Amino acid sequence: MTDAAVSDRASARVSARASAPGPANGWRGALAQRLRRGRGASVPGAPVLTDEERRARTVITPEGVPLSLTLASRGARAAALLIDLFLIGFTMTATTLLLVWMAGGIGISEKDLNANNARAGALQALVVTWFIAMFLFRNAWFLSFELGPRGATPGKRLMGIRVAARGSGRLTTEAVIARNLMRDIELYMPLVFIGGAIEAGSDTELAGWSGAVWFAVFVLFPFLNRDALRCGDVIAGTWVVEAPRRKLEQALSLGTAARGASAVSGAQYRFGEAELAIYGEYELQVLERVLRDNQPEAMSEVAEAICAKIGWTGGKGDQRAFLEAYYNQLRARLEQGMRFGRRKANKHTPGGG
Amino acid sequence: MRADTPGFAAGLTRRVSGWLGRSTAQAVAATEQAALRSDRFRLEREGEWRRLEAIVVRIEAGRLRAVSDDDLQALPVLYRNLASSLSVARETSLDRATLAWLEALVQRAWFIVYGPRDGLRSWLGRFLGGGWSAAVRALGVDLGIALGVMIIGTVVGWLMVASDPDWFYAIIPGGGGDVRVPGASRAVLYGTLFGNQDQTGLGVFAAFLFSNNAQVSILAYALGFAFGVPSILLLIHNTTGLGALLWLYHGQGLTWELVGWLAVHGTTELFAILLAGASGIHIGRAMAFPGQMAVLDAAAAAGRRTALVMAGVVLMLIVAGLLEGFARQLVNNTGGRLAIGGFMLAFWCAYFFAWRRKVD
Repeated sequence: MTDAAVSDRASARVSARASAPGPANGWRGALAQRLRRGRGASVPGAPVLTDEERRARTVITPEGVPLSLTLASRGARAAALLIDLFLIGFTMTATTLLLVWMAGGIGISEKDLNANNARAGALQALVVTWFIAMFLFRNAWFLSFELGPRGATPGKRLMGIRVAARGSGRLTTEAVIARNLMRDIELYMPLVFIGGAIEAGSDTELAGWSGAVWFAVFVLFPFLNRDALRCGDVIAGTWVVEAPRRKLEQALSLGTAARGASAVSGAQYRFGEAELAIYGEYELQVLERVLRDNQPEAMSEVAEAICAKIGWTGGKGDQRAFLEAYYNQLRARLEQGMRFGRRKANKHTPGGG
Repeated sequence: MRADTPGFAAGLTRRVSGWLGRSTAQAVAATEQAALRSDRFRLEREGEWRRLEAIVVRIEAGRLRAVSDDDLQALPVLYRNLASSLSVARETSLDRATLAWLEALVQRAWFIVYGPRDGLRSWLGRFLGGGWSAAVRALGVDLGIALGVMIIGTVVGWLMVASDPDWFYAIIPGGGGDVRVPGASRAVLYGTLFGNQDQTGLGVFAAFLFSNNAQVSILAYALGFAFGVPSILLLIHNTTGLGALLWLYHGQGLTWELVGWLAVHGTTELFAILLAGASGIHIGRAMAFPGQMAVLDAAAAAGRRTALVMAGVVLMLIVAGLLEGFARQLVNNTGGRLAIGGFMLAFWCAYFFAWRRKVD
């Protein structure tokens, strides 16, 4: 399958995100166009997507609201797995040491195991506890955490990702069980076989290595499909998505500056139709980011750029008020256009407003 | 929203004052002051959004008790309002930060409102009260395939060893000290079956057997992913050993004694292995012959069905481990052993196939 076909399909999936700034902006747009020309025009007009756009998926909630999800990257999932494995190993070791310490505490040794007295009973209870604890750590760690309200193990939580049902269905207990039972052949068996193949002598070399290759397919499975599914995800009907946690930022049109009046210089900023018609939504969102970041250098740079574009000479030291005024008036104009169904994606889009 | 109703200003005041932490008069002023219509839309609803966020954060942290009954009741409504707010905001607002926050919050609330519903206890209730046996019955023809494969494996094991006793060492990888080898005397073989009542450490033995068998059956299940073939191979591999042992004890006229020795736990354990293998075959078949469904959907449906069976398999192996560790050593006659094994077999068959209860 060609890259163009992949991105074409991906673009069909992300069509619900039309409001996101398209790649046809600024240098990215130029780069994209050059790439497209370089690849040949087998699919004319197919946009070249960034990694994040390639991972974007849309599901329709039962309320009919299209919800955008971003698939977790393979790197994030690998990192989450390593963290979990480390934690499992750590808890296993800690439990073992604790049980050994407890055995030492009640003064018994392995010689008591076959005796027939109270100390043997205590030691047996400890050994049974150990067997069951090891089995649970190996099999129930992922299960119990993924069944929780966050749908994520500690490793996944740290990486900001979670398990979800593919499509708009409910994540069920059965699905979580199924996806975690498959870990055995995806994780433990390849380790055993690859380790065995490395350790094996010359007579078993071929069998060992073919086993290792066969199991490597399971490890590499997530790289062989578009949704980065591992075997367990296929069986369970799940996938792993990003679970962003954000803070709500201040509304930007609250201050007096938003109405055009500067508190610093007392100046009134009023922009005309022609001065506002230059920019589109993409530039508005860049401006929003600059205002929220509130870096003086960046703000004066942007203010100068806007002034140059609309032919003003801005006052020094009053950039924030100037930008806030411009932002709010531009946004008011673009949002009004939106309400009438006219959108201006960026400065290259004609009309709007 | 309800800008023309008389109680609007009061309601708005209450909603807004909470999050801004300012006096109510100032809060209303802030809403009216917002220059943009889309920001006014946001400020009018922000109190509700924040309330939902607080609920979601508490539930995500597992502190369900910290959520008041009022909040819990309001959750679905708050979620739907938020979802519709997001739809409106997408069409009317260009405030990227707010939109991103709304998207993330709708997603988090969606996972909670449509998340795994039942707790462990109610799930276990449904599972034992009919869900498990229904899932076993849903395996259908795969149970027959697995049973057939196991019988063939046993027969093949017997025939191989009967034709050339050297096969025995290949099939049963015994250590140097194992007395169960071709040519062993009747007394030696008899000694392996009886007279272990005074053995100690039975609990440890049972726990070890359980964790070992459970891991093997999980493997048999997971291997079904490769179109079921490795599951079948694993079943054959495990049952040829059984056939070889049967041949060995048969030669010394100890067939029934061995069957009794095996039956105590074997009816449960072999049944569990049968179910695990059948689940693996079920998945493999669903992927190889998905029928009308897409391969991924067929695999997911089979996977969810068989996951229930596998949870039960682990339970059965706990029972088998206890029987093998305790009952077999403590009951020292073939009749008693056969009775226990036969009862367990009848119990499982009745539970899976005769007792049919509808679960929702």
